[in-house]
Amino acid sequence: MKNKVGIILNGLIKENPTFVLVLGMCPTLATTTSAINGIGMGLATAFVLIFSNMVISLIKNLVPDNVRIPSFIVVIATFVTILELVMQAYLPALHESLGLFIPLIVVNCIVLGRAEAFASKNSVLDSALDGIGMGLGFTFALGLLGMIRELLGAGTLFGLQIIPEDYGMLMFILAPGAFVSLAYLIAIVNRIRKVS
Amino acid sequence: MIYITIFIAAVFVNNIVLSQFLGICPFLGVSKKISTALGMSGGVAFVLTLSTLITWLIFRYLLEPFELAFLQTISFILVIAALVQLVEIIIKKISQPLYQALGVYLPLISTNCAILGVAILVIQKEYNLLESVVFAFSTAIGFGLALVLFAGIREQLSRTKIPKGMQGTPIALLVAGLLAMAFMGFSGIVKL
Amino acid sequence: MKKLESSFKNMVLVLGSISIVAAAALGWINELTSEPIRLAAIARQEKAIRMVSPEFDNQPVEEQFELIDYEGNSLICFPVKKEGKLLGVAIETFSMKGFNGEVRLMLGLKPDGSINNYEVLKQSETPGLGTQMTYWFKTDKNNQSILNKDPGKDKVWVDKDGGDIDAITAATITSRAFLDAVDRAYRAYMEHGGTVVDVVTTATIEEKEAQK
Repeated sequence: MKNKVGIILNGLIKENPTFVLVLGMCPTLATTTSAINGIGMGLATAFVLIFSNMVISLIKNLVPDNVRIPSFIVVIATFVTILELVMQAYLPALHESLGLFIPLIVVNCIVLGRAEAFASKNSVLDSALDGIGMGLGFTFALGLLGMIRELLGAGTLFGLQIIPEDYGMLMFILAPGAFVSLAYLIAIVNRIRKVS
Repeated sequence: MIYITIFIAAVFVNNIVLSQFLGICPFLGVSKKISTALGMSGGVAFVLTLSTLITWLIFRYLLEPFELAFLQTISFILVIAALVQLVEIIIKKISQPLYQALGVYLPLISTNCAILGVAILVIQKEYNLLESVVFAFSTAIGFGLALVLFAGIREQLSRTKIPKGMQGTPIALLVAGLLAMAFMGFSGIVKL
Repeated sequence: MKKLESSFKNMVLVLGSISIVAAAALGWINELTSEPIRLAAIARQEKAIRMVSPEFDNQPVEEQFELIDYEGNSLICFPVKKEGKLLGVAIETFSMKGFNGEVRLMLGLKPDGSINNYEVLKQSETPGLGTQMTYWFKTDKNNQSILNKDPGKDKVWVDKDGGDIDAITAATITSRAFLDAVDRAYRAYMEHGGTVVDVVTTATIEEKEAQK
């Protein structure tokens, strides 16, 4: 049991995809203009991660080594398309604001990376847990970055005004702010990891 | 005229890396030296232009007529992955020096989200074939420009003392942020 | 279970069957979601129409017709009626002159062409500056508001160009694009729609044409 919790915690903290592995930077920077968008993107990626991990773990022995990567890509792309269609039908507003970055989950290094490094070697249950851990770790990172950028940039948090709008530093919502906020977040995480 | 507008917009105003946030992984990964940055840019320019051409044709003449637009993502990524493999094999056969210059970067390119991103973007923007190819090539130039500029700064940076916590990724992101700020100065110079 | 060998036959077989299963699954999901996706699009349109129009009891989306603007583009026009009487129209209009390209609006006009309300549908302007257009032009402050203005009589363009409307601070280009979209819809309506729609008999264009 402890082992199973460990798999989840591994993705959430020890090997956090954003702060520690520094993977999947494109959606991390692009979609975190607000807390909601960041969390939405994180959960969308988590959905694909969990299901593709499970399916890949199921079929791992049926796939010859030489066509491993293309087979995994087909599985991942299938779940990404399912996600896209379902979001278009039931969450059109979120789909609109995340836009291009939904289909681009296919090329998110985290998804293929976990398929290759974890799901192709472990049981279905463990792979699902790994997907949950990594997915939540990614969601946590994107949500945090989104909250910081929204608060500093627009003075709001989940749309609620916290700081008067005139004091918002617009730069944090624009492109440079994405790079700068993530730079300092990773620096802080580095510092904490060194100490502990 | 429209082609010049597309070119300037893709290289400067909507720079793929610094304002669209596509292709960040290779941007951070292979930007430690100017020479590798140039090699990577060359590879991306070649693959990006070719793959956009092919995916555009596939969409217009296969997916759209048969109402299979929902297979867009899955077919595009497979085409791109296959194309990168094919290009690698062909370059290896015909030109050894070119292979040595570009070969090592090719496997990295298939996971570059800029390639798939541009393929989807030209469909979304409803560009025609020539516009799509011009857009893809200009985007690659923009990628190359950002990458080489960034590599130049990082070469200098490697000789500077940086606080411990900021070493590695954080300082690279910070520099990218400053570059992005500089590129924001280009916004509004062309009407799209 | 042992891993399958990488023989040519196995590779083709596995990759082929995975692709077929994937395509079949997607085809099925596509079938399932196509209706909800269509409804979601209609719901969005209807919501925007509701935002820019007085209360109505007809089905504007079903009664939609096309207007041709001065550049030859077609704009969709939704007539809004209550108890058969025409209360106005909602027009989906656009401008390509935005700071970052396209700006799309739903513009509500009264039958005489004066502005009822508007709703921004799509824009990629600078956050915090150009994006203020979502509320700027309906805020009753100084000369910001375009509500109840009649583009035929009032000077509905930015003050910098000699008009009566205050441009968004530090976002003149966005303001021009916004008012370009308004002007486009107004002119299309007055030239090709507004004059044909008979306010007294409340006949729509189609009904008028059927009478001829």
